[in-house]
Amino acid sequence: MSEGYAAALPANAWNWVAVWRRNYLSWKKIALASMLGNLADPMIYLFGLGTGLGMMVGRVEDASYVAFLAAGMVATSAMTASTFETIYAAYPRMHHQRIWEAILYTQLTLGDIVLGELAWAATKAFLAGTVIAIVAVVVGYAAWPSLLYVLPAIALTGFAFASLAMVVTALAPSYHYFVFYQSLVLTPMLFLSGAVFPVTQLSAPFQQAAHFLPLAHSIDLIRPEMLDRPAGGIALHIGALCLYAVLPFFLSMVLLRRRLMR
Amino acid sequence: MSNVAIDLNGVTKSFGNKVIVNGLSLTVASGECFGLLGPNGAGKSTIARMVLGMTQPDAGKITVLGVPVPAQARLARRGIGVVPQFDNLDLEFTVRENLLVFGRYFGMSTRAIKAVIPSLLEFARLESKADARVGELSGGMKRRLTLARALINDPQLLVMDEPTTGLDPHARHLIWERLRFLLARGKTIILTTHFMEEAERLCDRLCVLEHGCNIAEGSPHALIEEHIGCNVIEIFGGNPQELGSLIRPYVQRIEVSGETLFCYTPDPEQVRAQLRGRAGLRLLERPPNLEDVFLRLTGREMEK
Repeated sequence: MSEGYAAALPANAWNWVAVWRRNYLSWKKIALASMLGNLADPMIYLFGLGTGLGMMVGRVEDASYVAFLAAGMVATSAMTASTFETIYAAYPRMHHQRIWEAILYTQLTLGDIVLGELAWAATKAFLAGTVIAIVAVVVGYAAWPSLLYVLPAIALTGFAFASLAMVVTALAPSYHYFVFYQSLVLTPMLFLSGAVFPVTQLSAPFQQAAHFLPLAHSIDLIRPEMLDRPAGGIALHIGALCLYAVLPFFLSMVLLRRRLMR
Repeated sequence: MSNVAIDLNGVTKSFGNKVIVNGLSLTVASGECFGLLGPNGAGKSTIARMVLGMTQPDAGKITVLGVPVPAQARLARRGIGVVPQFDNLDLEFTVRENLLVFGRYFGMSTRAIKAVIPSLLEFARLESKADARVGELSGGMKRRLTLARALINDPQLLVMDEPTTGLDPHARHLIWERLRFLLARGKTIILTTHFMEEAERLCDRLCVLEHGCNIAEGSPHALIEEHIGCNVIEIFGGNPQELGSLIRPYVQRIEVSGETLFCYTPDPEQVRAQLRGRAGLRLLERPPNLEDVFLRLTGREMEK
């Protein structure tokens, strides 16, 4: 049996690129609409909440509320973009359109396909997060050099959430189950991770819980850079995000193999 | 490379308590067209998936193109083209893009793929549809595109799961003609089908499956000779049971399928004489074919 799992792992370090390129070719045809879809939501939050609430709350952690929120929205947009790509685009490619099945006729393995999908979702997350970050810089909530540190953090965030969503994709019997993941996992995470208000506002147990959330680690990486603050525990945050990227990847591989290669 | 393309040895596969493939052994030689025949649920598709390494056998050994499967299925698949039972073309792309994207899965460069696309389009008679989206194609065109896609890596072996199911006769004949062309060029084909005509026209050898067991194997001609060996009269339009008892003394065997009586007899004249004068009967005498073999071998089960 273990032999079968070994054969499903990524075959080499470059096979996944073919899957990424397939998705890129498909995305190119609808790039503008897709970008708008990925950006509208976080932009509306940023400027809607930022200006509206910002007037009432004034300064947060010694920054304007919009500037505080901007870092949260960069991480959140990456989370949302890669999650949605994985559950609403990769899932139908796997399930309804049987595109993965066709790919499995070739020299690609299941692991190559999953890796290609994750890389693609992370790419879309990177795009969405980067645009928000650039807007924040242009509007003056962050400095240009901060992007140097923020962009890799966005990509890593994208990978981690794509990987987590891949587990959900592997388990979901149909679309309907994705609602649970969105409303019971992602939405609470948004409020527990300090995206829209500081974690210190939470009661102690919730603050403890926040230490385990990938979005919190992502925001703790991105916000100090954007607000030009000294950052702490960088290695811890990167390590945590890497774990969230790698462990669910292997878990989803086991689940998908059971689902597709019985 | 040996001249054995596929070797299955004692292969067994169950899903839950249901045994799908039961200790199956068979060998497909290079360059031949081998058919897997059987009623729905006989295990044909499962065997095709196991050959590709997409389903793991519970027991037994599988060797495809000289490498063990599923352990090294990836290597084997480099030399295999697949036509699945249900089209899984990429609907977001045009005909040409489908071939391009699929070639990349085999690690081919864009230039190499673009070099072979014209000949594949010509082979599939899709030159005029190169830039049409897959959704605009007819069922027959989609199948031909799937076949062209399966050839992008210039495979030695083609694995086809019911390649013409759901096609109209014209489209089916065109696929058969294309497959014979491939066989003439030395490709090996293993195909599953429940069209006896397809098996008879294409296959050098075939095996009849029932409940995952190989119940007969050989060339279509040899199987017909061995299991039937005489002319057949099909009788429609009467009570099969009553007619059966009337002509039983003059025939080798009688098979009832639906409302048709299949009567296997070395002496058709006697049978005709018995039935003379009966109104509303239609008699059709013909040489035996693979369908008769199939009904004979699997018929008992169908009557239950």
